[in-house]
Amino acid sequence: MLKTQTITLNLGPQHPSTHGLFRMVLTMDGETIVCLRPVFGYLHRGIEKLAETRTYLQNIPLTDRLDYICSMTNNLAYVIAVEKLAGIEVPERAEYIRVIMAEFTRVVNHLVAIGALLNDLGTFFTPMLYCLRERERILDLFEMTCGARMTCNYMRFGGVAADLPEEFVPQAREVIAGLYYWVDDLERLLTANEILLVRLQGIGVLPRELAINGSVTGPTLRASGVPYDVRKAKPYSIYDRFDFKIPTLDEGDCYARYLIRLAEIRQSLHILEQALQDLPPGEVQTKVSRLLRPPPGDAYACTESPKGELGFYLVSDGGISPYRFHVRAPTLINLTVLPDLVRGLRIPDLVAIIGSIDIVMGEIDR
Amino acid sequence: MAFLSDLLVNLWNWIAVQLDQFLPSWATALVMLFAAAVVIVVFLLLTVMFLTLLERKVVARIADRIGPNRVGPFGLLQPIADTLKLIIKENTEPAKADHPVFRLAPAVVATAALMPYAVIPFGRGMVGSDVNIGVLYVISISSLTVIAVLMAGWGGGNKYGVLGGMRAVAQMFSFEVPLALSIGSVALLTGSLSLVAITEAQRKLWLIVAQPIAFLVYLLCGAAEANRAPFDIPEAESELVAGYHVEYSGVRFAFFYMAEYINMFTTSAMATILFLGGWQGPFVERVPILSIAYFLAKVYGLVFLMIWVRATFPRLRIDQLLDLSWKVLLPLALMNLLVTAVVDKVAAQVRLSSTLTIGVFWGSNLVLVGVVALVLYLSYRRKRARGLNPHYQIHWH
Repeated sequence: MLKTQTITLNLGPQHPSTHGLFRMVLTMDGETIVCLRPVFGYLHRGIEKLAETRTYLQNIPLTDRLDYICSMTNNLAYVIAVEKLAGIEVPERAEYIRVIMAEFTRVVNHLVAIGALLNDLGTFFTPMLYCLRERERILDLFEMTCGARMTCNYMRFGGVAADLPEEFVPQAREVIAGLYYWVDDLERLLTANEILLVRLQGIGVLPRELAINGSVTGPTLRASGVPYDVRKAKPYSIYDRFDFKIPTLDEGDCYARYLIRLAEIRQSLHILEQALQDLPPGEVQTKVSRLLRPPPGDAYACTESPKGELGFYLVSDGGISPYRFHVRAPTLINLTVLPDLVRGLRIPDLVAIIGSIDIVMGEIDR
Repeated sequence: MAFLSDLLVNLWNWIAVQLDQFLPSWATALVMLFAAAVVIVVFLLLTVMFLTLLERKVVARIADRIGPNRVGPFGLLQPIADTLKLIIKENTEPAKADHPVFRLAPAVVATAALMPYAVIPFGRGMVGSDVNIGVLYVISISSLTVIAVLMAGWGGGNKYGVLGGMRAVAQMFSFEVPLALSIGSVALLTGSLSLVAITEAQRKLWLIVAQPIAFLVYLLCGAAEANRAPFDIPEAESELVAGYHVEYSGVRFAFFYMAEYINMFTTSAMATILFLGGWQGPFVERVPILSIAYFLAKVYGLVFLMIWVRATFPRLRIDQLLDLSWKVLLPLALMNLLVTAVVDKVAAQVRLSSTLTIGVFWGSNLVLVGVVALVLYLSYRRKRARGLNPHYQIHWH
C-alpha cells in the first residue's frame, strides 16, 4: 500500500460558493471530506455593539444590513420587539402592509436561494438570472413603496414609514399572478432534471433529531420533517387571520430543502392574495416619539424570517438607546450543523449543502 | 471563374509558383509549409477570440441578458479589449510554485491544442498535411493536454490546482477510451484513418446516419475531453475556483483560456469530419470554395450546441462522471464497435444493397439503445428501492 496523508484545504474566505466571506477548514482524504471546521467573522461589523450607542429609531436601518436579501423581515422582527418593549399598538392597515412586505420578502429570499443553489451546482447563471429577473419585479414594488430596493428601512414602531401608493395593489396582483405561473415554469425546468436529482438527492441528509438538537429552524428544519413555523406556532402580527399551510418533507436532504422552498413560495403567494384582498383602509402609523424611551425591562420577539426563526432580544434601561441588542440569527444556528452534514462527502456536495441551507454572511457575522 | 471557384487553393498554388521562380524547390516547400502553419494558427487565434464573444453572447441570450455590448458595435471589439487586458496584466508567480513546470505548462497546453490542426481538412484540398494515421494523431495529441493540465495544477503549488489537475487526469483518461472506440467504428466503415479519406468516403452519406450511437458517444466524450460543461469539473468555478489554472494570470492564463476554446473547436471539427461529412455538401464538386463554408457552418453548429448545454445544465460530480464513462459510454461504444464489425462483414458477404445496409445499421443501433435503456432502467429501479426517488412527498400541516 502507498502511504497516503490527508490535506488541509482552506475553502474561503474568498470563494465563489461561500456566499460572502466565510472560511471552512477542510481536512481532506483525496476528494473526500474527513472533517470541516467553519471559521466565521470575516464580515463582522459590530452591529450589536453599534446598536447600543444609537437610538431605537436609528437602529432600524442597521437591521437592514443583517440579512441584506430580506431587509423587510429584519425590520419587522426588530420593530415587533421594540413594540413589545414599549407597549405600542399598531393600526390594522399597517399590520396588513407588514404581512404583505414580509411575504414578498420570503418569495424574494427563496428565489435567490434557489438561484444561488443552482449556480453552486454549476448551471452557468441561467436559473440564477431567471430568479433574479422575477425578484426584480418584487423589488420594483418595494421601491415604489419606500424608495429603496434592498435596504428598505420601511417598518416603524407603531406602523410603517409610508402608506402604499395607489398603483401598488393592482401591480402587486399582477406580480403574484406572474409568479404563480413562473414557479410552475421553474419547476418544469429544474425539478425533474436528472443531473439535479443525482446531485441533490441523498446528499447532506439532516436527521430530524439532529435538526431539533441543533435548534435548526426555517425551511432547513421543515425539510427534515418538523412542522415548526413561528407563524403557526407563536402567531405574531396578524398571521392567525390567514389560511396557509406549512409544508414539510421527511427526507431532509438537499433536494427536500430545494422542494420546500418552492412549496413555501406558493404558500406565500397564497397569503399575499388574501392580504391584498382584505387590506383595510385607515392609518398606517400611530404617533410614537422619535426619541423613544421604553420603560426598563426586556423583550424578546421572534418571527419567521425566510431563513428561519429570527429573534431580537432587547434590554432597556429606560434610556434612548437599547442597553443590550441581541440578534438570534437563524442562518448562524443553521450553519452549526454543517460539519455533521458534510462528513464523508466531497467538495461538490459541500457546495450543494451550503447552497441548500441558504446562508447569508451579513446575518451570521453581524 | 474557374480560378474564383477554388479561390483559396488556386491562390496558394499561384504563390508557390511565383516563389519557385527565384527560390530552389526545397526552399519553396519550406516557406509554403511555414506559411501554412502561420495561416492556420492565425485563423485559429482569431476564431478563438470571437468564440469567446459568441459564447458570452449566446449564454447571455439564454439567460435573458444582452451580453457584451459596450466595446464596439454589438460588443464586437470586446475580445480585442479582453486580449489586450490579458497581455498588459502582470504574470504573477507564486513563491511556492515549481517554477520550471509552472512556466512550461501554458506553452505545452497551447501547443497541444494547436497541433491537431496540422491534419484537419478545412475544405477540399485545404489541409496542412494529409497523414494516413490522422485520427490516431489527433487522439494522441489531445492526450498531451492531460500532461499539461497536470503540470499546471501541480506547478502552481495550490491545493485547488492539484485537485483540479487530478480531476482532469481522471476525467480525460476515462473519456479517452470510449472516444477512441467510437472513432474505431468510423475507421471500420471507411477503412481509413486519414481524415481526408474519411471525409471523401462520406460523399454520398454522412456517417451519422449509420452510426448515431458512435456520434453521441463521441460528442459526450469530446465535451469531456475539452472540459466543457456539464463535464467542466476540473475547473468547476463554484467548487475549485478555477481548478488547475487557478494561479495563472496575464498571458499565461490567456494560453489556458485559448487552449480551452481551441479544444472545443477541435472536438466540433473532429465530430464534423467523422460523422457529419466534413466539408461535403451540395455543389462542392463544381465550386470547391463552398467546402470551407460548409465545414465551418457545421463546426459552428456543434459549437453552438456545446454553448447551449453549458448555459442550461448543472454540473455532475466527479464520481458520477466517471460512472457515466466506464459504466455507460464504454460498454456502449464497445458493443457498437462489435455490432458495426459484424454487420459490415455480413453485409459484404451477402451483398446487401447499401440502402439496406444503412437500414441494418439503424436497426442495430436502435437495439443497442434499447438494451442500454433497459439496463439503466433496471439500475434506476434498484436506486428507487434504496430510497432515491424523484417524487418526494410533501406533507401539509
